[in-house]
Amino acid sequence: MTNRRNARPGLWTVRGPMSQRNYWLFAAAGLLIPLLAWWGLASAELVSKVFMPGPAEVWSRVVKWSTEDNLLGDTFISIYRVTTGWALSAVIALPLGLLIGSFRPVQALLEPLTDFIRYMPAVAFIPLVMLWVGIDESSKISIIFIGTFFQMVLMVAEDVRRVPVAQVEAAQTMGADRREMVELVLLQSAKPALLDTMRITMGWAWTYLVVAEIVAANSGLGYSILRAQRYLQTDKIFAGIIIIGLIGLITDQIFRLAHRKAFPWMYRKS
Amino acid sequence: MDVPQIVSATAARVEPKVSIRGLSKIFGEGPGATIALQDIDLDVGDHTFVTLVGASGCGKSTLLRIIAGLEFHTGGEIVANGQAVTGPGADRAMVFQQYSLFPWLNVAQNIRFSRKLRANKGDFTSAEVEAASGRADTLLNLMGLQAAEKSFPNQLSGGMQQRVAIARALMPRPPILLMDEPFGALDAQTREVMHDLIQYVFLLEKSTIVFVTHDVEEAIYLGQRVVVMAPRPGRIDSIYDVPLPLQRSQDMKLSPEFVRLKGEIVNRIRETSGMKTDLELLDKLCGQLKI
Repeated sequence: MTNRRNARPGLWTVRGPMSQRNYWLFAAAGLLIPLLAWWGLASAELVSKVFMPGPAEVWSRVVKWSTEDNLLGDTFISIYRVTTGWALSAVIALPLGLLIGSFRPVQALLEPLTDFIRYMPAVAFIPLVMLWVGIDESSKISIIFIGTFFQMVLMVAEDVRRVPVAQVEAAQTMGADRREMVELVLLQSAKPALLDTMRITMGWAWTYLVVAEIVAANSGLGYSILRAQRYLQTDKIFAGIIIIGLIGLITDQIFRLAHRKAFPWMYRKS
Repeated sequence: MDVPQIVSATAARVEPKVSIRGLSKIFGEGPGATIALQDIDLDVGDHTFVTLVGASGCGKSTLLRIIAGLEFHTGGEIVANGQAVTGPGADRAMVFQQYSLFPWLNVAQNIRFSRKLRANKGDFTSAEVEAASGRADTLLNLMGLQAAEKSFPNQLSGGMQQRVAIARALMPRPPILLMDEPFGALDAQTREVMHDLIQYVFLLEKSTIVFVTHDVEEAIYLGQRVVVMAPRPGRIDSIYDVPLPLQRSQDMKLSPEFVRLKGEIVNRIRETSGMKTDLELLDKLCGQLKI
């Protein structure tokens, strides 16, 4: 028998451990390799710059956008629209999902309907939204709401349903009434999952931005992308998409941080 | 002075804590229906420790859950604490096999949860609040949890988690304590410690305990009466009174009475369960091997 001195599991062990250093190494590679590939592809000039602008062109467009045009304003109005649409949807989806996940009659009443509407494309609602809500800010927020809300309700309900039955029954045998079951057990137990759902649906809300800014907008990142399309400013389209991606990445990290701060018991191990 | 006390004590003992008559439970309807429990008659006296034992599928957990009010029987009667059981209630505390602790609450908060429920309803005097914190401290001490008071469940071993679950169930001084294979997920050494601990709790708290297990040794070591159940349909096969002193100790497991009773019950379970055909098959195979 050979004596293996360094018997640590290898990097490619299924579900194996990974050091913090290696994690960041791989994460950086995952971001840098596509960037280099993009840069290489663009500078090789195999295709016209109109189809594939390089990182340099995109960067100079970002600079131009922020100096000659209103990049900051576009960014903020888009963040405002997405966040408001998402928050509005959360305010309604959280209590509704909690009820669907807690009470069977509510589930039977609302879940099939929600499932049905969920499959309807948000874009198709644009004419209706214009007709009913008008063409001001609220119409953009409405589109983001429609795109986010129905998915969110179902995910919230599922989070509540996933509370372990032993926790529910333990509370019942301690004499908890219906209200206490929902408030002190189901809601508390589901909270970490709910915050994750909020994080994920925030990402979805962003994907509806361009669609929302089709509706009579004259500002915003999505609107800028649409207008760039009209003038064939591919570098601006690239810039807009990348900025949206970065905002998403930052929001995601904020949510993850909030999760650690709000639920320290999940991260504490003996 | 002594005489009326004895009379009232006996009277209290005559009235059973749990009384089950002709109880049945059928899962499902129509041709797919299965009889989980059939014609169950059982009395659990005040301050007695009854264990339910049997092969899987004999309905022992279902019976316990019916007493808890977590499942509903389809026939017969069940009375606990002098009232017909219609649903779960604080008078019948339950300890589950695992995962029943609230992971977002620390040990002390978990134990005090039932107090929080009552405080919520506002039926508390300040004296009761005082008594409650004393009670929680007593239970923390009793269960050896003082050092873990501020820990969260996911920081504790399985054995420690079950200690918390037991303390939490005992907190409101429930007249009846129901335990559904509470030590089933623990290793053998931890189980032994937990057996002596629950024995101690039983003697100290003067509880009435109904304890479900599939482990015959556990059933005899803990129970004053062992109820053997049999499957298809789930029913009570036989009831054994354990001929051991009230206070148990580990060395009793080697006593002739214990060993004899264990053999008897193990045989009984073997005969009444589907294991019999398996064992016959095994015998046949061993015969062919000529060993």
